[in-house]
Amino acid sequence: MTKNAQAIAQTQSKTRIDADMMGIAGAVLLGLTLLFAAGFAQASVLHDTAHDMRHAMSFPCH
Amino acid sequence: MTPPTTCATPCPSPATKQMLKQILTSAVFAGVSAGVLAAFLQLWLVVPLIMEAELYESGARVHFAIDGSTQSDRGAPSVWEEPLRHIYTIGFSAVTFTAYAFFMVAGFALAARAGYEITPRRGIVWGLCGAIAVVIAPAIGMPPELPGAIGAEVGPRQVWYLATVACTLIGIAAIAFGPTGFVALAGVVLMAVPHLIGAPHLDAYFGVAPSELASEFVARVIGVALVSWVLLGLFAAMVWTRSEEA
Repeated sequence: MTKNAQAIAQTQSKTRIDADMMGIAGAVLLGLTLLFAAGFAQASVLHDTAHDMRHAMSFPCH
Repeated sequence: MTPPTTCATPCPSPATKQMLKQILTSAVFAGVSAGVLAAFLQLWLVVPLIMEAELYESGARVHFAIDGSTQSDRGAPSVWEEPLRHIYTIGFSAVTFTAYAFFMVAGFALAARAGYEITPRRGIVWGLCGAIAVVIAPAIGMPPELPGAIGAEVGPRQVWYLATVACTLIGIAAIAFGPTGFVALAGVVLMAVPHLIGAPHLDAYFGVAPSELASEFVARVIGVALVSWVLLGLFAAMVWTRSEEA
């Protein structure tokens, strides 16, 4: 019985770790998306409106 | 004795939900507030130099060709002339720093899982490391450029920039968290690799703006980045520790 409970606890903590990792990966993905749009996309509307910020933040601009 | 509940997909435990909330609130709050403060610092110190450089880019001012002598008037246009332009700058600065904040907070979460404690003072150190990785290290190969500067093609420069940021971040992490001195040393080597390869450059100089203006710009970009990143690390760690206690 105790063994059983231990096994369940282990599986639950493993599931939790996986879900945590998904959260961390999600944060990185969200960061990459925002960064690409603001700093790297070459579409001219984005480039023109983000122009001063790109120069001021030292992104390669044009 | 109730049978244990099972989920087909991993069901988010309260602790996981708590962590997701912690990631989201820390990143958004710290990113937006540090981004807006960074934008004000830039509007004060950096944007006027960008606007001044545009006078040389457009030819409204000429530095190098007046009777063979290099001289031109000093002075930037007022930032109050184009308010809409600066509102965009504030908005995009908030977006960019929110992106940085997501990376930093993801780092917090990983470090916390490994048993490392996040404190506001440590957040400041994380911020300094962020400025080194994102601004200072790439600036060694590719100094921040004024408008009007002609450089190599933008694609390869973006690749070099991103690769340098990645190598520097991994290198710093190896030094900070590496289990042995050897790992830390490998981190140092990795940080040097992009500079050994070298950034893409043209084989001639094309700058139209005075060199004083360009160097003032570079120094201020780095200074403002350091302050903004310190604020980002501090804010992110403050919200992170606060939502941990809650």
